[in-house]
Amino acid sequence: MSDIAKSARGDLKLSNITKSYGDFTAVNDLSLVIPEGSFFALLGPSGCGKTTTLRMIAGLEEPTKGTISLGATDITDTKPYQRPINTVFQNYALFPHLTIFENIAFGLRRRGIKDVDDAVNKALDLVELPHLAQRKPTQLSGGQQQRIALARAIVNRPALLLLDEPLGALDLKLRRQMQIELKWIQREVGITFVHVTHDQEEAMTMADTIAVMNEGQIEQMGSPADLYDNPETAFVANFLGQSNLIKGTVTGNDGANQIVDLFGQKISLQKDRSHGVDSSIYAGIRPEKFRISRLETQTHGNILTGGKVEDVSYIGVSTQYQVLMPWGQELMVFEQNDDGVAPFSVGEPVNISWEPIFTFGLRGDEDAEAGTEVNPDEDLDEE
Amino acid sequence: MKKISTPYLLLIPGMGFLFTFFLLPLINLAQTSTQTPVGGGDTGQYEQTLRFANYIDAFVENKEQFGRSFLYATIATILALAIAYPLAYAIAFKGGKYKNIMLVLVVAPFFTSFLLRTIAWKQILGEEGFVVPTLRTFGIISESTTLTSSAFAVVAGMTYNFLPFMTLPLYASIDRIDPRTLEASGDLYANGFTTFRKVTLPLSMPGVVAGTLLTFIPAAGDYVNAAILGSPQTKMLGNVIESRYFKIVDYPTAAVLSFTLMAAILILVTVYVRKAGTEELV
Repeated sequence: MSDIAKSARGDLKLSNITKSYGDFTAVNDLSLVIPEGSFFALLGPSGCGKTTTLRMIAGLEEPTKGTISLGATDITDTKPYQRPINTVFQNYALFPHLTIFENIAFGLRRRGIKDVDDAVNKALDLVELPHLAQRKPTQLSGGQQQRIALARAIVNRPALLLLDEPLGALDLKLRRQMQIELKWIQREVGITFVHVTHDQEEAMTMADTIAVMNEGQIEQMGSPADLYDNPETAFVANFLGQSNLIKGTVTGNDGANQIVDLFGQKISLQKDRSHGVDSSIYAGIRPEKFRISRLETQTHGNILTGGKVEDVSYIGVSTQYQVLMPWGQELMVFEQNDDGVAPFSVGEPVNISWEPIFTFGLRGDEDAEAGTEVNPDEDLDEE
Repeated sequence: MKKISTPYLLLIPGMGFLFTFFLLPLINLAQTSTQTPVGGGDTGQYEQTLRFANYIDAFVENKEQFGRSFLYATIATILALAIAYPLAYAIAFKGGKYKNIMLVLVVAPFFTSFLLRTIAWKQILGEEGFVVPTLRTFGIISESTTLTSSAFAVVAGMTYNFLPFMTLPLYASIDRIDPRTLEASGDLYANGFTTFRKVTLPLSMPGVVAGTLLTFIPAAGDYVNAAILGSPQTKMLGNVIESRYFKIVDYPTAAVLSFTLMAAILILVTVYVRKAGTEELV
């Protein structure tokens, strides 16, 4: 059994996984397929069950219900050391009593490989730290330890590499650099990466596929562009970037479009981007998709009139406006500073317009604020 | 000027104490060790003759007790380690919110006098205790075997008395181990036993070394356990020193034995610490 598990390869499949601690359900009936060779991200706020899911894949937690399989092999009941899966732990968990070389060689030696020099040196080269082989972990900086933790996992050529918030302890600049590097390393070694993070920008930068998790379940799964442009729930719309959600009613159809009434103003919305279930709907538009214009300017597409500029923040690359609409809602508008038009000033009456294809529709009974709360554990160096 | 002298000033009380109560008596002891009785004098009257043969005489005369001291101390240390390691491990990793209560329980025996606890072992291992009848019922010991006044009782007493000294340093160093390193070991293909051998044990080595030293050193010089729980056949060096000093009033031999015991322990400990390689650990 264990030998079969050790050599298992293929897609990772979680089927109806549930994990409960007493009354608390951390992961709730989660099913998921992670294709072999992909860079997959589990994204969600703290406490959403993403780390628990990762630990179940690693074998460090046992699912209460459900099965985990790798290719055709069911690995649900195997021990962590029997799985061809390695983890880069959140705080690296390097062995403090061993040299960097022995840290990296640890997994190879446990599998009875005698000649480890070549593999270890190659792994050290991959993370560009060959000169640190004889040091102890405490003599390394955080960024270096992070790379060694990666090398220690990758050297084993696992079927699956799990990364548990691996960049969480690094400063912003180093984190951006490591994101690009991790992506490069993943392409280089071709191992399936499963990356757990609460940082949506990190997930979008690195992963081919993102699963957004909330309260133990997957809210939506897809490519970063899919999730951003066509979110299916308010949680996803708010957690990935920012969204303007305007309450409205579906009043009719026009070919492939729905006609939506937003407080008396009609706009159109593509049917395949509408995830509402009845006539009550939230029309969602990303702030950068809006155009802001003076009343006399000719505009096209969806138009909302009667706005008034409430606040202007000039941030160089763009200007961010808060526009108060007649129904009392403030909309966020991000304008690129690329048209030579002077910024609007506070109190100016404006219209807002956008291309209808950028509208997405969410169920009208959703909590429009879902996913907007800031995580208490979010690093302070996050902007 | 002032900044440099302050630390040295702070050292004065400690140094003064050590000088008065450790170094001076030690010098005195060294002097006594080479003395011989005054010809025609009273018992307890000795003069300095620099007779270094005292050392050889005393060793030859007491080599049995020497061997016994180190044998008993070694066995007691190994037993204490075997009992204390799982205990310390359990408190550190599984104690949870009861950690502090469990630690208090480990040191709880200290609230009773050392002597009283040792005497209590006489009861436990005596004919009226529950140990002997139980062992007899299961046929583990014969009807005629007794446990008091035996090597077994002495070693048991020492193991018990020094157990907290083993447990506390072990706990301190096991508690410092990041449980994630153990998870990482499992993740890197090591099963439970290998993880213990390759990660837990090496990381707890400072505790093992400290604990074994804190147990072995006092155990090797101990005489209370042998005096209360032993018989003339289980005499340790401490008992000999005690009787030479207080009963026979043979100060030179008592001094010689004290010195030799100290030297022997010092050598053993040095070799042990070198072998255990604690300097490898941060």
